[in-house]
Amino acid sequence: MMREKSGGWLLAASLGNLLFLYLPIAVLVVYSFNAAKLATTWQGFSLQWYAALARDHALMVALQNSVLIAGVSTVIAMVLGVSAAVGLERLPRRQRAWLDGALLLPLVIPEIMMGVALLLFFVLVKMPLGLLTVTIGHAAFNVPVVMVVVRARLRKLDPHLEEAARDLGATPWQAFRRVTLPLLMPAIVGAALLAVTVSLDDFVVTFFTAGPGATTLPLKVYSMIKTGISPEINALSAILVLVSMGLVGLSLLIQRKTVHG
Amino acid sequence: MANRFFQSALLLGAALCAAVASFACQSQSEPSSTTLYYFTWSDYVGPELLESFERQTGVKVVVDTFSSNEELLAKLQSGASGYDVTVPSDFMVSVMMKQGLLAELDPARIPNARQLVRGLEKLPVDPEHRYSVPYLWGTVGIGYDSSVIPTPPDSWAVLWDERYKGRISMLNDQREVFGAVLRSMGQSMNTRDPAIIEQAKARLLRQKPLVKTYSSDHFDQLLASGDVVLAHGWGGPVARAMALKPSIKYVVPKEGATIWADCLVVPKTSRNKELAMQFINYLLDPEVAARTSERLLFASANREAKALVKAGVRDNPAVYPDEATLGHLEWMVDVGDALRLYDRAWTELKMK
Repeated sequence: MMREKSGGWLLAASLGNLLFLYLPIAVLVVYSFNAAKLATTWQGFSLQWYAALARDHALMVALQNSVLIAGVSTVIAMVLGVSAAVGLERLPRRQRAWLDGALLLPLVIPEIMMGVALLLFFVLVKMPLGLLTVTIGHAAFNVPVVMVVVRARLRKLDPHLEEAARDLGATPWQAFRRVTLPLLMPAIVGAALLAVTVSLDDFVVTFFTAGPGATTLPLKVYSMIKTGISPEINALSAILVLVSMGLVGLSLLIQRKTVHG
Repeated sequence: MANRFFQSALLLGAALCAAVASFACQSQSEPSSTTLYYFTWSDYVGPELLESFERQTGVKVVVDTFSSNEELLAKLQSGASGYDVTVPSDFMVSVMMKQGLLAELDPARIPNARQLVRGLEKLPVDPEHRYSVPYLWGTVGIGYDSSVIPTPPDSWAVLWDERYKGRISMLNDQREVFGAVLRSMGQSMNTRDPAIIEQAKARLLRQKPLVKTYSSDHFDQLLASGDVVLAHGWGGPVARAMALKPSIKYVVPKEGATIWADCLVVPKTSRNKELAMQFINYLLDPEVAARTSERLLFASANREAKALVKAGVRDNPAVYPDEATLGHLEWMVDVGDALRLYDRAWTELKMK
């Protein structure tokens, strides 16, 4: 009796939570199929806003920028993040502590400070703002993301495997390349997907580091709001939400699968 | 099992790399011709107009967008260099001039700037057009639903009418809201007199219970959907609401209202100032300006353009104010230290 009752409460609380989290997104997605030009009244089903999206040249340019930045910054973050993770795991604990803190800092400090700091840095070194600066900014906040994911996996690895490879005559590089890296692969792919998602969705750092020719999708959406909320924005946001959720889901799936398999 | 998984993971990685590589190639294979960087409001220029400029000149135009004057200022101040042309509003032009962010224009390169509409020829912020050329302009007034409000209002007083309680929207802009109430009191909207600002605040506090929302971005939607029947706002968005709901009308109150202009300027950091001025001249070309005016429902600053604008837009008072209206419009100018008084009064209004 008691158990059933508390179960009911739990269910209600989780449903409430889910509603709170997903209702606004659901409304946004539903209205992207609205035939009316007004975001507030429903006038029947239509796909016209998705068609309008595809025709919108400025949006397509923003999409290109976003994908390019996400791709390149992820590759940079992967190289730096994976090597940092592997290196850190091998350091003695005491030396590791402060490096750990320093490298994870970007995850903790407010994003707006990170944006301002990057901007000041680029101005200081007289680097013209543009696609390159945004890419560097994204790589900077993605390195710790990659590190956290990869290190979680590294801790679960059996150190004897690499030692065994060395015993059998592999050079350190061979042992890493042929044994450690394949074992890390799921975490690496998962981290990459996560990094791509974070980069695609980022507004704050992009806002501060963007220059001529570097308008990304989130920046574009933000400036579109100014000229009225068109259902085109709903359609675009719906796609962004679905792509992000898909990537994060895929990332989690890949990371989990290999823990069991 | 695990093997198949690795394969798909690798495949995914490869696909990603390929995508990156293809983008990289794309940007490399573009012809190395000159590029013009245009920093503007979202949707402020039709893609077909840009394409025609690109065809005429062989220049590639890259458009980036901002959403407020303050954002534009912050970008230019923080050292984002390389934008060739941008579009601040009149009051922001004066801020940028004072901070030395703008390059001086060469009138000989912008012949179309000689055909300005009467009233825009001597902009108070930059009367000789040394740094800026007006591009689009308009008024602030009241959009109203004539099916609900049968007698056409002609005064700001209608925004204090108890009958429309909860169906009024005001701009979410401190200077504009104070501008409206100051004009309704017969004062200049640029007053620096603390006593008058205090009186204006009292009036706004009295109005607040009637106001449904202070909105600058979507009052056109509120009007068209019937959520509000009176909206204080710019003519362009009201004209957009008219297209959705024909009973919407627009009036510039007889006590007077704001006239504004968005101006074309060349930032000092532009690397291609001659091309920038060529582009400004192109945007002010009567034919190009007319198409822009139709698209955005703002008036063009080129007097030759109005005749080329299609009828439904040209004779819409929300887009092109008539001669009589032009007489009692006022430019908003920098009020100096008095801005703090406005700030404080506005904060009080929003908090109560």
